[in-house]
Amino acid sequence: MASLWEYANPRKFIATSDRVLPWVGAGALVSLTVGLIWGFFFTPEDYRQGASVKIIYLHVPAALMAINAWLMMLVASLIWIVRRHHVSALAARAAAPVGAVMTVIALVTGALWGQPIWGTWWVWDPRLTSFLILFLFYLGYIALWSAIEDGDTAADLTSVLCLVGSVFALLSRYAVLFWNQGLHQGASLSLDKKENVADVFYLPLLVCIAGFVLLFVALVLMRTQTEIRARRMRALLARERML
Amino acid sequence: MIALLIRDLRLAVRAGGGFGLGLAFFLIVVVLVPFAVGPRADLHRVIAPGVLWLGALLACLLSLDRIFALDHEDGSLDLLATAPLPLEALTCIKALAHWLTTGLPLVLAAPVLGVLMNLPAPGYVPLILSLALGTPALSVIGTFGAALTVGVRRGGLLMSLLVLPLYVPTLIFGAEAARRGADGLSYSTPLIMLAGITCGTIALLPFASAAVVRVNLR
Repeated sequence: MASLWEYANPRKFIATSDRVLPWVGAGALVSLTVGLIWGFFFTPEDYRQGASVKIIYLHVPAALMAINAWLMMLVASLIWIVRRHHVSALAARAAAPVGAVMTVIALVTGALWGQPIWGTWWVWDPRLTSFLILFLFYLGYIALWSAIEDGDTAADLTSVLCLVGSVFALLSRYAVLFWNQGLHQGASLSLDKKENVADVFYLPLLVCIAGFVLLFVALVLMRTQTEIRARRMRALLARERML
Repeated sequence: MIALLIRDLRLAVRAGGGFGLGLAFFLIVVVLVPFAVGPRADLHRVIAPGVLWLGALLACLLSLDRIFALDHEDGSLDLLATAPLPLEALTCIKALAHWLTTGLPLVLAAPVLGVLMNLPAPGYVPLILSLALGTPALSVIGTFGAALTVGVRRGGLLMSLLVLPLYVPTLIFGAEAARRGADGLSYSTPLIMLAGITCGTIALLPFASAAVVRVNLR
């Protein structure tokens, strides 16, 4: 009986991810190329924003993945705390820098987009502020991982930090709403709402989002493999020193 | 528990214990701000609640690494962990001692410094209330941060980075309550939210801190 927990075995994980990785990587490459070229060159310009609307194809998927990467780390941390599968802790570790980079992409493209449209690089708007806080959480998480030498201790501490941090990230998200609504528009991508982005923009955007998701999965798989192999190397070196 | 509390308080009050450090830092921040922004009373009146809250938060942050670091260095933390007292209670006591030596003096000093900052008259009560309600949360969250970094040599910078985003909601609601009070508006909503955060952190975070201390002593 095949179970999900089989992949908690590092050998099985590496074997499976080796088989999956080329497909995911190729999928990411294809959908990002198609989505971005489609978005940048074959969509009309917005009648008010002009060409600057096209930054949406980077901004929205990056912002989406910045949040989802943290969610994935939260799930992986929970699995580590409950079932103590090392692959899970290493996957959380591998996802953090990717998520942090996604947050930076979202913040930078947002600033570049805000400058011509809102007339300012940065405002202390609820959405912008909570992304900045999310970025700080990523930094703290990565710093804690790298500060502690013992692997299991670091995994335990960062898992607790991830759990506590998630609660506080949510709290901050609603705390900053307290100021005002801000400049950033509300959600305009959802499955059940009438008011969505027009289809001409929506379809290439979906392709871009798929590309970012695949890119994230590919990067995390690759980085997790690296972490597993690095840990094996350390174990082998330690054993050699013992002999 | 009470013996432990008294021990921590004594250690803090003695020379080099860092009792006056937070208070002095708070004083320095609030006294230096007018030099930096210029002697404009109208401007001071606007920024007073924010500056006072920020000063209090930074003063709290300054003394956090003393919570566990010294006990960890001389080994008394291991003794405390093997004592019959549960670690959850230990972290509660540590947070309480930190609040009594850092948070409470800040609350008491804030109105005096408010005079320096030209805080409008209706602002004093909400300032004291929000600080009194908010600083316990700062101490409890800080204890969690200190527990996370207890095994790291010179973990002060790391701890600030970890604690900084955790302080954001408390700061927002606390400063908002003080600001609304100073503007003569109703401040009960942010104050209630602040109280909620404080109660929630006091109820839940000692478990996280204790778990983290346990990992670090393993």
